[in-house]
Amino acid sequence: MSVNFREYKIGARMFGLALGGSMLITLLLPSFDIAASVSTDVALDKQLSAGWDSGWQLGDPLLKGHNKPVKVLVKNDPLTGVALAQAETVYVYPAGTSLPNGVTHSDNLGAGVKDLSLEKGKIKDAKKESGAVFLINHGAFNGNNLPYVENATATKGWTPDAVMAKADDANVSHVGSGKTMFVREGCWWCHTLLPEQTQDWQAFGTPPMLGDFNGESPTAFGSDRKAPDLLHVGSRNSSKEWMMLHFFNPRLVQPHSIMPRFDYLWGEVDANGKKIDFDKWRAEYNEYHEGKRVAAPEVPMYAKDSEIRGLIDFVLSLK
Amino acid sequence: MLKYLFAKNEDIPAGSSAIYFGFSSIVWFVIGTGLGSFNAAKLAFPDAFVGGGEFFSFGHMRQVHVHAVIFGWISMAFAMAMMYITPVLGNTKLWSEKLGVWNCTLWNVGLSLGLTVLWAGMTSGREYSDFPWFIDLYLAVAVFIPLAVNVWMTILTRRTQGIYTTNWFFAAATFMVIIVFIVGNLPEFFHLTGLTEAYLTWWFAHNVLGLWITPVAAAIAYYTIPKVTGNPLYSHRIGHLHFWSVVVFYSTPAAHHLMSSPLPEWLKSFASVEGVLILVPAIAFVSNILLTMQGKWNMFVENLEVRFTVTGCLLAIPLNMQGGFQQTRAINWYVHGTGWIVAHAHLALLGFSTFLEGAAVYLGLQTLMKRKLYSLTLGNVHFWMLLIGFSIYWISMTIAGLIQGAGKIYEVPYIDVVIAEHPYMIARWLGGTMVFISNIVWLYNMWMTAREGTVVPAGRMPHEMAYER
Ligand code: HEC
Ligand code: HEM
Ligand code: HEM
Repeated sequence: MSVNFREYKIGARMFGLALGGSMLITLLLPSFDIAASVSTDVALDKQLSAGWDSGWQLGDPLLKGHNKPVKVLVKNDPLTGVALAQAETVYVYPAGTSLPNGVTHSDNLGAGVKDLSLEKGKIKDAKKESGAVFLINHGAFNGNNLPYVENATATKGWTPDAVMAKADDANVSHVGSGKTMFVREGCWWCHTLLPEQTQDWQAFGTPPMLGDFNGESPTAFGSDRKAPDLLHVGSRNSSKEWMMLHFFNPRLVQPHSIMPRFDYLWGEVDANGKKIDFDKWRAEYNEYHEGKRVAAPEVPMYAKDSEIRGLIDFVLSLK
Repeated sequence: MLKYLFAKNEDIPAGSSAIYFGFSSIVWFVIGTGLGSFNAAKLAFPDAFVGGGEFFSFGHMRQVHVHAVIFGWISMAFAMAMMYITPVLGNTKLWSEKLGVWNCTLWNVGLSLGLTVLWAGMTSGREYSDFPWFIDLYLAVAVFIPLAVNVWMTILTRRTQGIYTTNWFFAAATFMVIIVFIVGNLPEFFHLTGLTEAYLTWWFAHNVLGLWITPVAAAIAYYTIPKVTGNPLYSHRIGHLHFWSVVVFYSTPAAHHLMSSPLPEWLKSFASVEGVLILVPAIAFVSNILLTMQGKWNMFVENLEVRFTVTGCLLAIPLNMQGGFQQTRAINWYVHGTGWIVAHAHLALLGFSTFLEGAAVYLGLQTLMKRKLYSLTLGNVHFWMLLIGFSIYWISMTIAGLIQGAGKIYEVPYIDVVIAEHPYMIARWLGGTMVFISNIVWLYNMWMTAREGTVVPAGRMPHEMAYER
């Protein structure tokens, strides 16, 4: 072995210094800034509705949207049935669902939000095995009004079962599994979730802030944009019907779109349990496209447990 | 090749693993560009080719293309070059052919598995580190660590006194890619979230490009050009400058991929300055290679390997100029996220780096199999279809990107941009398909070389012999 050259010894040390220095500046230093960020309302809503992770995870290896919470609009107290003064949005984690990052690693929430969530929100009492119901509350911390995560199971006795038993299906939104669909189907190869800080299409809305991402994984910003930014798409277009047509075949509503069709997310059957005949639909669509039919074929209403439901819920939640 | 998996190391003929890697890389090249062409078709004609299932959807296929070309074609061509060039420069044999053969087998298996998993939609959702963490871990442990061990041990057991430029780069890059793999995937291993996840995603992507693809591609040229032309490398000092500036400057500007995100402002400014400084290694490299060509420019026309390498070097000029200015704050907002960046990415990987690796695979396979290239005509067809196809790709996507940039300023409805880009999407598909077809020609040519190429007599090099067809 002939490494005994003095030059190589010096070289190896210089190399360690150079690479180490570079990692110090580009990894360690920014990590202080990022760790100092404090969750905003947006961040709490995103992480509570998406759950633990939206990419590959042991709890959902095929990315089917499992291991996810649902977002429920509660109008009556689930325990007493009395109407609430103001409807509450809660995030229901059924027993066995992985809890979100801010709950398992409360440091992620950032100073203040963490303290409030631990003390007032009792998030440490939430257990994966029994499930939990969370909501976003606000409180004062060192003179600032900050949002925090509240474990409603501990503070109000609202268990996942109680909330779900009273919930009207129209008020249940599968945002979490929808985010998984968004990642799995590669929407982020065409759409960004990051209106740019400098000049960008005004229609896309305001760029996100530093604290808007705490606990989110993956952030799926997207680097290639072949289509509109979606971070605030729900405020531009909140029509479920439009979304339904658009996902079944985008060219039904936008003849020049290059977006792929996502009809397969409807699954086998429609809302009435009838089998969807995709071949027939496509044949009729082609005839329509060629001008042999006056109207496009009807888009079937999706079933309650279909994947497209989650995706549409997710897209509409992007306010 | 598979029979060598259980043979004794001494019984495996020298060069086996390099040949194995060489052919594997070409096969992945064909597969990867085929997928690219398929994806391009989907962007041009969204309702064509759709079989109905989710499997042929653009969102499932895009990352399969990217990972097939980066970890199949480019990285395997690198491994081929290392298995072949490292021992030659150390005047020794590869430390372990057996490890090499295993390395290549595990690589093919792991990559096939990884791509299948991605195809099925099982992704981490992080660009360039899309593989779920179990695949990342596999790649680090079964692919990059064995590769590094083989390269390092070959260098340590060399029979020359000094170490030549190419081997510094190989040694450093095989080490750095392991670090990059492990650190870059920390968000998946330890479930780091939020901006940390976003930033580490791009830290990984940037450094795989900067500390793996760029230096190894350049290192190959440092071997090919002096070897084939017979000219000594123009300057070892410039080689030093290149090496050190890659490590210092190229490892730092990861944040320039996230200029429009709410990362700390100082980080973005720092990245922007460091990014311009990447021009130092870039200029050092290009000038060193082009000056080495002095007096031998006829070979640029006559010799295929030289032509490939020099073309790659020349493409590095616009690539780095483009890179240096597109990441300043003044310009980035205009081109970020547009087809311009896709064009830049292909200028980098399909232009600059592919041409350099192509030369190494041509040269290495002929030398190790001791056979002259089967057909120069097919080689020329490959070269020109690759270059013209790539140029069409680059020009069309650059124009598409400028249209998108203009759309941002004038606030046109987004769909008008989609309509305006349509012709360029078709052009990109045609150009890319040319690249794909040219690679099939190459695979055939190399296969025929293995079977029917004229035998190169002992003591001679393939490039010293005349082409026959
Ligand atoms: C091949 C690229 C591509 C992919 C993949 C893609 N889209 Fe699109 N999308 C487009 C284009 C182009 C438009 C603009 C034209 C239109 O309205 O169809 C669009 C429009 C949209 C809109 C309307 C935006 C607005 O501003 O009104 C929504 C919502 C949307 N897409 C959601 C999705 C979701 C969710 C997915 C993943 C399941 C997805 N897209 C996948 C290209 C794509
Ligand atoms: C001076 C040299 C270079 C600089 C400053 C530079 C800078 C950049 C920047 C800023 C981006 C992101 C642009 C954006 O999204 O807004 C980018 C993208 C990219 N660069 Fe470079 N680049 C350089 C050279 C190279 C080289 C040598 C390679 C590869 C061998 C390369 C490969 C890529 C790729 C693949 C992308 C696309 C990333 C994506 O998916 O978004 N670049 N480059
Ligand atoms: C060795 C050759 C190639 C390499 C290394 C390569 C690499 C890449 C990379 C790194 C990306 C991501 C770009 C980005 O995010 O900015 C990409 C995307 C893409 N490539 Fe390639 N590519 C190659 C050949 C081809 C060919 C021949 C085609 C055929 C047309 C092609 C078509 C595409 C398409 C359509 C995309 C998606 C672009 C988008 O999302 O807008 N590629 N490729």
